[in-house]
Amino acid sequence: MDEIISIGAEALIIKSKWFGLDVIIKKRIPKPYRIKELDDIIRTERTIMEARIMMEVKKLGIPCPTILEVDPENAVIIMDYIEGEKLSKIVTKLSKEDLSRIFTLIGEYLGKMHKHGIIHGDLTTSNIIVSKLDNKIYLIDFGLSTYSKQLEDRGVDVHLFLRAIESTHYGISKFAFNNFLKGYEKIMGKEETNKIVEKVKEIRMRGRYVEERRKKY
Amino acid sequence: MLGIESTAHTYGIGIATSEGKILANVNSIYKPVKGGIHPREAAEHHSKVAAEVLQKALSQANISIREIDGIAVALGPGLGPCLRVGCSVARALAVYYNKPLIPVNHAVAHIEIAKLATKTKDPLIVYISGGNTIIAAYSEGRYRVFGETLDIALGNCIDTFARELNLGFPGVPIVEKLAKEGKKFINLPYRVKGQDVSFSGLLTQALRKAKKGVRIEDLCFSLIEVAYSMIVEVAERALAHTGKKELVLTGGVARSKILQEKLRKMCEIHKAKFAVVPDEYAGDNGAMIAYTGALALKYGITIPVEKSFIRQRWRIEEVDVPWMKLLA
Repeated sequence: MDEIISIGAEALIIKSKWFGLDVIIKKRIPKPYRIKELDDIIRTERTIMEARIMMEVKKLGIPCPTILEVDPENAVIIMDYIEGEKLSKIVTKLSKEDLSRIFTLIGEYLGKMHKHGIIHGDLTTSNIIVSKLDNKIYLIDFGLSTYSKQLEDRGVDVHLFLRAIESTHYGISKFAFNNFLKGYEKIMGKEETNKIVEKVKEIRMRGRYVEERRKKY
Repeated sequence: MLGIESTAHTYGIGIATSEGKILANVNSIYKPVKGGIHPREAAEHHSKVAAEVLQKALSQANISIREIDGIAVALGPGLGPCLRVGCSVARALAVYYNKPLIPVNHAVAHIEIAKLATKTKDPLIVYISGGNTIIAAYSEGRYRVFGETLDIALGNCIDTFARELNLGFPGVPIVEKLAKEGKKFINLPYRVKGQDVSFSGLLTQALRKAKKGVRIEDLCFSLIEVAYSMIVEVAERALAHTGKKELVLTGGVARSKILQEKLRKMCEIHKAKFAVVPDEYAGDNGAMIAYTGALALKYGITIPVEKSFIRQRWRIEEVDVPWMKLLA
């Protein structure tokens, strides 16, 4: 009955039945490469945080799985199953209109989260599901989400998403990101969005080997 | 192909063929009397040893410089004064002996030598050294970065910790040795942001605890555990995200047995092959530049001497790697 959907980096994702309902069981299994003391802290803290943030994201009207059960001690969350495809799998097959619509929507969702002090922490196209049932765009995997209203954290959040699309879908990355920003701007306003874009540029130039930084000095 | 490495503390010359035969690998490392690398002093060291290293490499390969097809040089990324030494030597050799000059990216060279030595084809790359912390993989013509540090490099974090507490240089082996005596785990900032890591908070907190009198061995133990676990976690994320079936560890910190062990355990979970670059090619070396230069020349990549500027911040995403296209 139980079907392991993925052995993710963060957790085991199992599809199962729960009182007759199709569900996902997300279990953070102990990592053999981390010592127990550290591993226990990380798994428990992330489980609690993830469940809490998913409830809040839901309240903001952003489609995401519904939490059904939380067991911090065993680092387990049970949530409803979303039937659909990962955005990363279908992104190259999408029409320009669909790409534009979807990435604008993602921008709006992240904007809403940021406005309410939530950082997704791991937004990639593998963590976005295009639902088969209602064609909605679901955000999943809030395993690294945190609370913050700081520009730095918001900037890192956007930078991670940009880098994720650049590294996996290089061909459409500019188009996708521009549409993402359009959606983000709808919620956060022009001024705040410009600040974020500047921050993302700064993050990319910081301390690491980046060609553009030369021009600054 | 003759290759010259001088991006940081190592001045090295290697001689290699594009098939991956390493004929010579001679390296001289500048060791600071105190503190970290002083770029000017390192550059002075490089100029002093340049002639001798070249002689040794040629005699090791038992070859005359006239038989060489080209001169490869690491144009970056790295420290300006150091890069200029290697680059000047390369330009002079190329002009005097009328050989093509081949630009090589130092990070790409670390990747290529590791792939060659471990016989991996299309791995996820974990490149960890004093100055670099990069998780990369090949995609669409170039190596793309899937995770990296948002501030300081892992090696830099541990080296600085060791230096501030007068434990010595290089810091990684010293801190690892002390870590073995550690018993108590102290919770330090574990900062994974998506597929990236951040070490600056960890360094600050570890130093603060040291000044408060926390037992050094326990601190070393905790610092190593936290820092390495962060790396392995982002490597695991990148492995899951890219679906690669091999993982190769390269760069100076690849010598760390503790890090190797953690990565190996992680690879077992995902049924990926784990490989690590041999010690002799882990740190900066001339052979990796020569070999990567030989690959590049096969695809006609050269640079006119008058345009061969050093590139201190040359990211791997900016480098075409046509020899990888065969995989597609």
